[in-house]
Amino acid sequence: MIKVENLTKRYAGQTAIRDLTFEVGKGEIMGFLGPNGAGKSTTMRILSSFMPATSGRASIAGFDVFEQSLQARSHLGYMPENVPLYSEMRVTEYLNYRAALKGVPHRRISERVGDVKELCGLKDVEKKLISALSKGYRQRVGLADALVHEPDLLILDEPTSGLDPNQIRQVRDLIKNLGKQHTILLSTHILPEVEMTCSRVIIINKGRIEACDTPENLLGEIRTAGGVVLEARVGNDDGAEQLRQVPGVRDVTTTANGEWQTFALRVESGADVREQVFQLAMIRRWSVRELSQRKATLEDVFVEITHADDV
Amino acid sequence: MSKLFTLLKREIRSYFYSPIAYVVLVFFLLLSGVDFYIQLSFMNGRPVGYTVQEAFFNSVFFWFAFVLIFPLITMRLFSEEFKLGTIEPLMTAPVRDWQVVLSKFLGALFFYIVLWIPTLLYFAIFQKVTGQPAANSLGAYLGTCMMLLLLGMFYLSVGCLASVLTKNQIVSAIISFCTITLLFFLGLVSFVLQDVSSTTRQLLGYFSAIEQMGTLSRGEIDTRPMVLYLSMTMVMLALTHQAFQSRKWRM
Repeated sequence: MIKVENLTKRYAGQTAIRDLTFEVGKGEIMGFLGPNGAGKSTTMRILSSFMPATSGRASIAGFDVFEQSLQARSHLGYMPENVPLYSEMRVTEYLNYRAALKGVPHRRISERVGDVKELCGLKDVEKKLISALSKGYRQRVGLADALVHEPDLLILDEPTSGLDPNQIRQVRDLIKNLGKQHTILLSTHILPEVEMTCSRVIIINKGRIEACDTPENLLGEIRTAGGVVLEARVGNDDGAEQLRQVPGVRDVTTTANGEWQTFALRVESGADVREQVFQLAMIRRWSVRELSQRKATLEDVFVEITHADDV
Repeated sequence: MSKLFTLLKREIRSYFYSPIAYVVLVFFLLLSGVDFYIQLSFMNGRPVGYTVQEAFFNSVFFWFAFVLIFPLITMRLFSEEFKLGTIEPLMTAPVRDWQVVLSKFLGALFFYIVLWIPTLLYFAIFQKVTGQPAANSLGAYLGTCMMLLLLGMFYLSVGCLASVLTKNQIVSAIISFCTITLLFFLGLVSFVLQDVSSTTRQLLGYFSAIEQMGTLSRGEIDTRPMVLYLSMTMVMLALTHQAFQSRKWRM
């Protein structure tokens, strides 16, 4: 559905994105992840034909975004960051206008607009001026606008930014539902969101793709994948040294808390050393009050990848 | 075609949503009303060699109000969209650049025509009430309307160009106001500078809106201003289109 080859964009003296190559297949929900200024919005703007790339190619549904921009744009529902809207218009009026602009046939406009208002929960505010809407409702108007012409592909630039936790959950559910019929590319820096909604993730940093995989695989590959935490009273033993002997343990860091000590164990990926640690504690007669496995989150992946230079 | 119509409909509506439209309408109606009243009181019971309509369209009052309205009509056209970022949803919808430019120009033209309707009715009311003709002939009346339309199209297209150049409405208003005033006073040079050669004066006379209005409001249909203003409008709109497209390369 989206095909990007060697896409590069340079602004005056600065390179915003460098040599991006990726593909998004039909029906996928692709998460686009990266710190602020990594080039997420730039990539999305190029894909939506809003700005041209310096070099490289991108196509949507087989149409080049630059050469066949009009066809590409009609296959696309795009929701820009911060959702700029005509604040002097009313919700229904705005959606009618957008539907007509995107070429929805005249006799289908009211049906389509009715559908997206229903879908995005805009029924209560349909007669309100857009300027009177809260941030959450404006976001939904933007989403309704992106959906109104039944595009094959949705590109959503930070659809949940500035929303409260309840609203985030609603939008997330909405996106998950939309993913059943649409291909979606969404950018965000809220990580749990990606883990829950996306089928694949691209992590981009300083204009480059650092990783591109399913969330599960990314978690599996990561060095810090998981770890074990043990809180114990070890008496005169050198706990850290003993724990390092356990097969699978790569590193141990200790924090003392009175006579109790907390050991954080970094382990080889895929290894579960809890049983061996428990055996060791029994043999050495340590008092244990916590033994738990910490699962790596996408946040670890993200931090590890995007801070690789600082480590 | 239907997209152009959709865009145009929104442009026209957006004028009447904004308070600027009503301020301009009231301000213009007030000035033209005062002007009309002054001209009539002056002519009342006195033999003069011109008609009400000629007097009205050749007064200082009229020209003063006239050059002021264009920046007010056009300043927000593109600047506001750039400033608020609404250009992004607009241009990521499947619309062509020229459709947007043309819809903005035609929307401004529509508002300009609406602005004139009440004032043009003054003359009809005058004829109804006094039983006197307001103009020498229907031709004089139509000539005036044509001149207003031609000059309006040209100045509005200048305003469009000014608005596409910046995202600041004030800057856009200043650019179009200065350009329009300069263009307008270019025609006055022949009045001010008496010692310039007659060829120069004749040349400048071709561009003088005041002289052209004088001719057309007497009912003499001159094709030179028509060609001038229609072609200049097209040039300005073409430049606007170019400047609008160049936004992509400047980002």
